[in-house]
Amino acid sequence: MIFYLLRRLAGAVVLLLIVTMAVFAIFFLIPRLGGATSDQLAARYVGKSPSPEAISQVKHSLGLDKSVPEQYGKFVKGMIAGKDYDTGVRKVHCAPPCLGFSFRNNLEVWPRLQDRIPVTLSLAAGAAVIWLIAGVSIGVISALKRGSLWDRFSMGFALAGVSLPPFFTGLVALALFSYQWPIFKGVHYVPFFDNPGSWAWNLVLPWLTLAFLYAALYARLTRAGMLETMSEDYIRTARAKGLRERDVIVKHGLRAALTPILTIFGMDVGLLLGGAILTEQVYSLDGIGKFAVEAITQQDLPEVLGVTMIAAIFVILANLVVDLLYAVVDPRVRT
Amino acid sequence: MPRLLPRRKRDTAAETPKLAPAGPPPEADNFLEVRGLTVHFPTDDGLVRSVDGVDFALRRGRTLGIVGESGSGKSVTSLAIMGLHGNTGARIGGEIWLDGQELVRSTPEQVRLMRGRRMAMIFQDPMSSMHPYYTVGHQIIEAYQVHNEVSGKQARTHAIDLLGRVGIPRPDRRVDDYPHQFSGGMRQRAMIAMALSCDPELLIADEPTTALDVTVQAQILDLIRDLQREFNSAVMMITHDLGVVAELADDVLVMYAGRAVEHGPSRTLFEQPRHPYTWGLLGSLTRLDRDRQERLMPIKGSPPSLISLPSGCAFRTRCPYADHNDGREKTEVPQLLEIEPGHRTACHLDIQERERIWTEDIRPRL
Ligand SMILES: Nc1ncnc2c1ncn2[C@@H]1O[C@H](COP(=O)(O)OP(=O)(O)OP(=O)(O)O)[C@@H](O)[C@H]1O
Ligand code: SF4
Ligand SMILES: [Mg+2]
Repeated sequence: MIFYLLRRLAGAVVLLLIVTMAVFAIFFLIPRLGGATSDQLAARYVGKSPSPEAISQVKHSLGLDKSVPEQYGKFVKGMIAGKDYDTGVRKVHCAPPCLGFSFRNNLEVWPRLQDRIPVTLSLAAGAAVIWLIAGVSIGVISALKRGSLWDRFSMGFALAGVSLPPFFTGLVALALFSYQWPIFKGVHYVPFFDNPGSWAWNLVLPWLTLAFLYAALYARLTRAGMLETMSEDYIRTARAKGLRERDVIVKHGLRAALTPILTIFGMDVGLLLGGAILTEQVYSLDGIGKFAVEAITQQDLPEVLGVTMIAAIFVILANLVVDLLYAVVDPRVRT
Repeated sequence: MPRLLPRRKRDTAAETPKLAPAGPPPEADNFLEVRGLTVHFPTDDGLVRSVDGVDFALRRGRTLGIVGESGSGKSVTSLAIMGLHGNTGARIGGEIWLDGQELVRSTPEQVRLMRGRRMAMIFQDPMSSMHPYYTVGHQIIEAYQVHNEVSGKQARTHAIDLLGRVGIPRPDRRVDDYPHQFSGGMRQRAMIAMALSCDPELLIADEPTTALDVTVQAQILDLIRDLQREFNSAVMMITHDLGVVAELADDVLVMYAGRAVEHGPSRTLFEQPRHPYTWGLLGSLTRLDRDRQERLMPIKGSPPSLISLPSGCAFRTRCPYADHNDGREKTEVPQLLEIEPGHRTACHLDIQERERIWTEDIRPRL
């Protein structure tokens, strides 16, 4: 078990390193190979009408005038140890974890992102809990009542859920529950520690919007998994012992059916940013997703880079958690 | 799980004939008595008559061997006794008496309370019959604790004790192992320990050794025999292997296409079998004392479809003596009739004729 943990942890660190290389390559190496000079590259990081001095300063700050390995070293070191930027107007110390400096906004990237992480995290965590509970229960009941009216209805519903994107369901939900029947009016983010009740109340619609998509998927997955495990030999053994049907279903059937779902869950949580982008747009929540969209539309490369790093770390962490959970759930993994 | 929806109306209720009231309870000696058992599965292709009128009785301390080709209804019969057809849509008719209680007409909850406690079952494949995510000990403890109000510690001691009794070395350590850490033979031992956890009076072993290699097979069979002596339980031993039957069974029931075709004491069935299908089974025995492990006289053809059985005698399509019956084999289902005390067969052929065929024709060639 200890070995397994260490292995996974080491794996995560290696993965993180690879991610920094990949990000570095995408942002600095590939444009270079594509023929961009260091000046052109630096120009992309400066404001709208860059002065030559500014460009050369940025070039120096980013280390674009150095060799590739040196550049990469500087890139990583900057993130870990912090870095000084000279905008030409003022000197800025970007404290670690330094994800870069947006010359366009004249601000460090990390503090701006930092404010937005709780928003996306709140959205993602709440939605994940909802979709997991809803999806799994609907799936289990459908499997146990296969072919019944409930089964057909919920699987039809699930098909709709899978095919409808959040910007559609989100807008419909807004139109209905915010304007038509103003139960959830003026959705905006309230920090959890300011007012937990209003935090939750404001997030209900975004949660449901995001969860709908996944709940549908998970209902189908769970149904298929349950149908499979409930026909396993060990289920017959459990019944032969005289166990109550409820224990047979939950302790023996669901336990086995949930394990593969857990893996998928980890990946989905990691990749949730995709779904969060749309949901945050619809509800104007200032989360990472919306930040990413703004950064991309403004072509603010340092911000795009920062958000990419955060997203990658999110995926790696989610997978690490799932790996650990998996070891708890499936004893065969541990040895 | 709480019921979230109103109970669905049973759409099959209209088609399912109401169960006839059960007959009188069997004499006290017969711990298990099965009367006219039928198990039918409605499917899209038609009604599968997996078991179509089987009866037999079994006393405590005795072993009944059930033999027959694949698909003859052996497992379906034993699952019906255990009440494990609940979720398959099976329609069950007839009577199953266990120690004076009729099970077909009992509620699922009543049967559940018998399951594991008064009757237990060992399955064919020990690899897939254990839950991969729980320790062997946990699965035995679970079986014990459903029916006994004991502390976790007591149950654990009991599990270790059982594992030791079925011959698992270092049971105090192996109790915390997962099934994948056990070999096939060990797992089957653990399955037996699980089945024996509540001292069941009826033990059904459904091909308990087919998945194991030969030496392990012998050990497992010895184990079952020893435990039976110790507990004086009734054992149903289902197998393809007539050798196992010869060694273990007091009585033998031969099944073909969901029906019993011959039933009697083990010795009688081996020395004076009186049904052409039994002759076929004996003839297709692999003989270890011959040079080549060849089948002497395999039964021609394959078992009929259980959806559309041949009219009359179900075996007539494969029976070498089908044309000795004056056509009755096509019109009349042969009934299982007693030809001598305790020996029953289902065949139209004249009994003297069958005796002659066996002694002159079949036995010399075996
Ligand atoms: N749930 C079910 N639905 C439909 N048909 C079934 C069902 N369960 C069993 N059967 C059919 O009943 C017949 C008898 O099956 P059973 O498992 O009792 O055979 P068996 O004698 O145990 O054979 P084997 O030696 O291969 O174990 C088979 O043809 C099988 O296809
Ligand atoms: S009744 Fe006729 S066909 Fe059927 S087993 Fe007897 S001899 Fe063969
Ligand atoms: Mg079988």
